[in-house]
Amino acid sequence: MTAPRRFVVDEELTIVTAADHRQRLLAALGDPNGLSIDLSGVADIDTAGLQLLVMARAEGERLGIPVEFAEPSAAVTEALSLTRLEL
Amino acid sequence: MALDDDMREALDMFVTEARDLVQGLEEGLLELEDQPSGGETVNAVFRAAHTLKGSSGLFGLQHLVAFTHVVETVLGSVRDGTLDVTPGLVSALLPCTDHLSAMIENLARGQLEPDAALAADGTRLLSGLEPYLADGGAMTPARAAPGADAEPHEGAWRLELGFGEDCLRNGMDPLSFLRYLATLGTVTDVVTVTDRLPDAAEMDPESCYFGFQVDLVTAAPKSEIEAVFDFVREDSDIRIVPADSQLDTYVRAIRAMPENDRIGDVLVASGAVTELELAEALRIQQERALRGKTQPVPIGEILIEQGIVQRGIVDAALGRQRRTTETRSQDTRTIRIDAARLDKLIDLVGELVIAQSSTGIPSSSGGETSAEAQGEVMRLVDEVRHSALSLRMVPIGSTFRRFERVVRDVCMELGKEVSLVITGGDAEMDKALVERISDPLLHLVRNSLDHGIELPGERRNRGKTQQGTLRLNAYHDAGNIVIEVADDGRGLDRERILAKAVERELVAPGTPLTDSEVYNLIFEPGFSTAETVSNLSGRGVGMDVVKRNVTALRGSIEVETARGVGTTMRIRLPLTLAIIDGFLVGVGSSSFIVPLDRVTECVELPPGPLVRDCMNLRGEVLPFIRLRQIFGIPGQAARRQNVVIVEQSGQRTGLVVDSLLGELQTVIKPLGILFSRVKCISGSTILGNGEIALILDVGPLIADHSDREQVRQAVPVG
Repeated sequence: MTAPRRFVVDEELTIVTAADHRQRLLAALGDPNGLSIDLSGVADIDTAGLQLLVMARAEGERLGIPVEFAEPSAAVTEALSLTRLEL
Repeated sequence: MALDDDMREALDMFVTEARDLVQGLEEGLLELEDQPSGGETVNAVFRAAHTLKGSSGLFGLQHLVAFTHVVETVLGSVRDGTLDVTPGLVSALLPCTDHLSAMIENLARGQLEPDAALAADGTRLLSGLEPYLADGGAMTPARAAPGADAEPHEGAWRLELGFGEDCLRNGMDPLSFLRYLATLGTVTDVVTVTDRLPDAAEMDPESCYFGFQVDLVTAAPKSEIEAVFDFVREDSDIRIVPADSQLDTYVRAIRAMPENDRIGDVLVASGAVTELELAEALRIQQERALRGKTQPVPIGEILIEQGIVQRGIVDAALGRQRRTTETRSQDTRTIRIDAARLDKLIDLVGELVIAQSSTGIPSSSGGETSAEAQGEVMRLVDEVRHSALSLRMVPIGSTFRRFERVVRDVCMELGKEVSLVITGGDAEMDKALVERISDPLLHLVRNSLDHGIELPGERRNRGKTQQGTLRLNAYHDAGNIVIEVADDGRGLDRERILAKAVERELVAPGTPLTDSEVYNLIFEPGFSTAETVSNLSGRGVGMDVVKRNVTALRGSIEVETARGVGTTMRIRLPLTLAIIDGFLVGVGSSSFIVPLDRVTECVELPPGPLVRDCMNLRGEVLPFIRLRQIFGIPGQAARRQNVVIVEQSGQRTGLVVDSLLGELQTVIKPLGILFSRVKCISGSTILGNGEIALILDVGPLIADHSDREQVRQAVPVG
């Protein structure tokens, strides 16, 4: 089994870029090897961004594609602790 | 302890007596403060405490006995001359009289044991008396468990945050709300609700789907938490509910609250519901009542249904409300009556029986004696009525004297010097009226102290005496009782009132208004000119309530003021609520009653056409109102019409009627809620022939008419 596809989220994961990210994520979710979403570079995240992450996981589950999140940045960790969400 | 009926009855008497004793105690203490060497007053105060202790002992009310004992001990030292009366001592003792009152009122509600809050209060007060106790020989008061201590009140809240779909697009990020909430207190738990998130294909990445449940522990009041969501309230569903663990706290707080018969107020005061939520719930209530044309749903039910508050809290508030109404009806269950009045009534009834029996004896000398006996019966019935009504009359003085305490406390708080002058305290009025007017009066007194009378320094600068004067006066005037609250303070500021009224959109800018119209604006709802809100008044919730209460008693209120000289508030009330002397008039087939005390004279309507509904009365212009026209009574006017001239606040107006039917003792029957909005009619009565006559409310009738006249006359000019 090959390594999951790396998906790098760049600086901003907010409503401003949400539409783009959604398109890219949906496209990436076509890979049966799974998806590893690298969050190390995220400097800014809001509710729209969190929703996308939750969406990605749910969609992965639906399609039977493993989705994992890697190296959450400080901004992401803070948002997760605010919402008590676990990825 | 269970109460059987005998015990209940005896306890009622004890409560009545105890109230008097406590009031005597308070009055005596205030008197002592003015004249510390008043030997007789010291004795009276001591006796009052002693008697109270003794009677409480008879009923086994240990908490009252223990508390009063300490007070009595201190007063004993004063009587023996081992303790001097100082302002400090009086200040320590006065709250004790309040505490005694509170315990007695609890008894009146059938609560024989003190509750925790009250007991804690008592312990605190007694410790304040300790310095005055010579040898500490006081009985240790029965201490109840503490627990109601005043620690800074932290509340736990459950916030249900359902943000609107558009909130992200509007630049509102729910995360920032979560961040902000953490600064208000401790966020103990968050649950992010992701259920609403649709499948990836249907998801709009810019819509908000998340909802949150936040558990917050904070000392901030609910209104402050609510204010956090001001910007998103419109399209979001935000609910702030006391956490389940807090239910008991609210229920306890509500039980310990002062009397209030409006459940909404109780809930807001407890902090469980905010004004905003209450307003919204009231709106829903009204809307439904309009739409469904059914009985309004109780406000508590709406609050529960909207998820604003739990049922337990509403039930506690309802309980509080019910208890309040019960106490109120208890207030009038026992009444103290001067024995001489009762004797007079019984005498009269005896005479009536004799006169009655003599009407039945067939007289030998024809019908004349029988008519005489009949007349005698009529006279006696009238006297019995008068005398029975007078049983309910009490002098207003005792209500006035209660304000001495208010004046003293408020002056201390505000650093003002005010002497209270009471005149006309022996003017009598119906007991029920006295009880219902004392709250509005209290408000007027506080208002005068707070806004009317200036600080000593300011008074000196204006060349006034340093000490201000507050006058309470009462007198009878044409079947009414007039109560005045007058101060020699700064007077009302016409310009400021007007500016405020324009700002509040009560009047349009540039409207020409007479002085009295301007001053009457202070009675408008939500009007307050106080620039700083003190904790006494200035919240703008007072004067309109005062006016409403006075109007509900069929009374009126007016202001008389002069800049820098002072303000007088004058309340005019009917002496009793039940029976008036009326003047019966007929219009077509209808009958009306004009309160006799308003009628000054009757004249015939001059024949011929009259311009502008005015007639010439001995060289003066007299405007008149045609009752036939105003009440839309069909039919032709009688050939000869009469004018009943009535006087209201110095203004004379004629009422045009068909026939004058004479004086009549009128038992007022209320009109019922269906007609509660009807102006100009204050009630109805049933005539001897079984027909109904409406009682005219002269004040609104004239005011309403002159308003319309002004409009009518303004049209051709404009």
